[in-house]
Amino acid sequence: MNGKPQAVGPSVGRFFTNPPARVVHHDVHVINWGDRLFYLATRALAICVIVLVVLLALDLFRGAWEAIGQFGLKFLVGTTWDPVARQFGTLPTIIGTLVKAFIGLLLAVPISIGSAVFIAFYVPKWLRPMISYPVELLAGIPSIVFGLWGLFVMVPVIRAVQIWLKANFGWFFLFNGPAVYGVGVLAGSVILAIMIIPIITAISRDILLTVPRPQIEGMLALGATKWEAIWKVALPYARVGLFGAVILGLGRAIGETMAVTMVGGNSFDLIHSLFDPVHSMASQIASEFTEATYNLYVSSLIYVGLVLFGITMIISLCAQFLIWRLSKGRVAVFE
Amino acid sequence: MKMKSFAIATGILGFLFSGTVTLAACPTKGVKELTGAGATFPYPLYSKMFAEYDKACGVRVNYQSIGSGGGIRQLQEMTVDFGASDGTMDERQKSEAKGGTVLHIPTAAGAEAIVFNLPGIQRGQLKLTPDILADIYLKKINNWNDNRIKALNPNVKLPDLTIAVVHRSDGSGTTYIFTHYLSKVSQEWKDKVGFATSVNWPGDVGGKGNEGVANSVKQIPGAIGYIELAYAKQNNMTWAQLRNKAGKYLEPSLDGAVSAADQPNLPENMEVMVTDSSNPTAYPITGFTWLLVYANQTNEAKADAVANLAWWMIHEGQQYALPLEYAPLKGAALKKAEALVKQIKINNRVVLK
Repeated sequence: MNGKPQAVGPSVGRFFTNPPARVVHHDVHVINWGDRLFYLATRALAICVIVLVVLLALDLFRGAWEAIGQFGLKFLVGTTWDPVARQFGTLPTIIGTLVKAFIGLLLAVPISIGSAVFIAFYVPKWLRPMISYPVELLAGIPSIVFGLWGLFVMVPVIRAVQIWLKANFGWFFLFNGPAVYGVGVLAGSVILAIMIIPIITAISRDILLTVPRPQIEGMLALGATKWEAIWKVALPYARVGLFGAVILGLGRAIGETMAVTMVGGNSFDLIHSLFDPVHSMASQIASEFTEATYNLYVSSLIYVGLVLFGITMIISLCAQFLIWRLSKGRVAVFE
Repeated sequence: MKMKSFAIATGILGFLFSGTVTLAACPTKGVKELTGAGATFPYPLYSKMFAEYDKACGVRVNYQSIGSGGGIRQLQEMTVDFGASDGTMDERQKSEAKGGTVLHIPTAAGAEAIVFNLPGIQRGQLKLTPDILADIYLKKINNWNDNRIKALNPNVKLPDLTIAVVHRSDGSGTTYIFTHYLSKVSQEWKDKVGFATSVNWPGDVGGKGNEGVANSVKQIPGAIGYIELAYAKQNNMTWAQLRNKAGKYLEPSLDGAVSAADQPNLPENMEVMVTDSSNPTAYPITGFTWLLVYANQTNEAKADAVANLAWWMIHEGQQYALPLEYAPLKGAALKKAEALVKQIKINNRVVLK
């Protein structure tokens, strides 16, 4: 605390990559207390976030300890969830959660990126807010509303589609399930898709708008069609950010609780088709926590939470790695 | 101030002694607030009761309907003045209660309807026996035109339709009562599945809450499910007649629930599931909901307040049960509930005489 600029030097270097550090070095004799305070404050806040995550993980471990001792890693491959026999395993819900999230993503990504491209490159500037606004409005709707809408409006439609699919393509194993239920993997995936479309669209649109105009105009000047300019210049330029948007959508899909509880069918059996009802991890925790009447039961539910935490972490690490690969060392937009 | 509240208390006491009810009074030891936590099933009734109690006695009761499991846990940790549950505490749970013996004081009873979705069949037309119901939920009977269902319902045109079994996916007292009933009437159910707030269902679809089950049953042709009677009534669900222990077929009703709760052989501690009651007019899928209170209290003023609240709930509070679709306590059940409230003690001295 002698006020010399060196005091902030090396540790700042890791946080401040380029220009600000240089500014500090220029004013060798002037101590910029405001800057220093700001730096310390942001550092404290950043550490808070890290501490929070660590505490969360520790607390999950502590809560899940009894179940970990009882079931160990067999919990991850166990297929029985039986509160009466005090036997818990969560493989069907892990699979159910991931399958629903990925099918949801599969449905949502083309729609989201497509509409983001349209908003960014085709809609006149004055019209943009009018088209963007409903998308953002959709993002603000609480998930229980999606759930109720899904249960009362969407599920009957899904049921009709499923019955048709089974009647015509029932030989295909994915369509050979209890079509008449309506609730199940497909309904869960569709509701998730609807819920993550606004997020992916809004972020993708903002990223596409940052693509430098001259790049596209140059391409057009070279005789490319608008399609070629978008496909070959804009999308590759924005790919890292778009990927980040998709990962955010996936994160929401995996953690989504309420809506997917209402239309997922919530069975603890392994799924064999798109029509089978199946639980999700987050909704299982929310549904059973209040009435979990003994410690091992509560502990097992927290263990599910720990597994969910782990899965989210693995996915986000994979995403970081992919972003790093995509940007070939360049600083990722979503880092 | 003290004189005044004493005067009010004696006034109320005098008024009550003159009426039919014997002893209830407001707490006199200065407690103005109580906290409780637990079951969601009686929440509408409790919130009405507690609002009225606040008006009558100026004691605010904060009740958090976090579920029976949560209520039991908070009582065990002694973080609330009373708990509430739709199921009885088992031996292990009792042994983990830090404050010693827990009293189960019943406050009301509720019934559950078996609802179904069969085209052209009206409310109350379909008859079911306990063993058929258990076999449907065990997935041993898979089609509505099964011979056993047909033999029982010669005048009903049963379609060739797969049965879709719907159950609650969230842990609930409703599931506890329903699975307890199935365990009583079917040895196979007891061995394979058992009873709890959430069980390992043999099939098929789980719905969240009464609304989730009701909606799945309404939408899926051939579906069957169980929901609280009040919810079934309000949503015009098609329900079945169920054979009770005495052999009579009954539609679900509050009268049936009252009868189920009013039987001569109730145990003194009232820790009893009145499912499959032997009373001839009893509807079989019925259960109590209980207040959970420590028998040996540690704080004299709190003990006084809790005992008075419990007493009020099983007497004056009962008038709010029927309008809210709960079955009030009657006869033997009420007598035994009174005896339980009188077991609340402070320093080995009974709080309410």
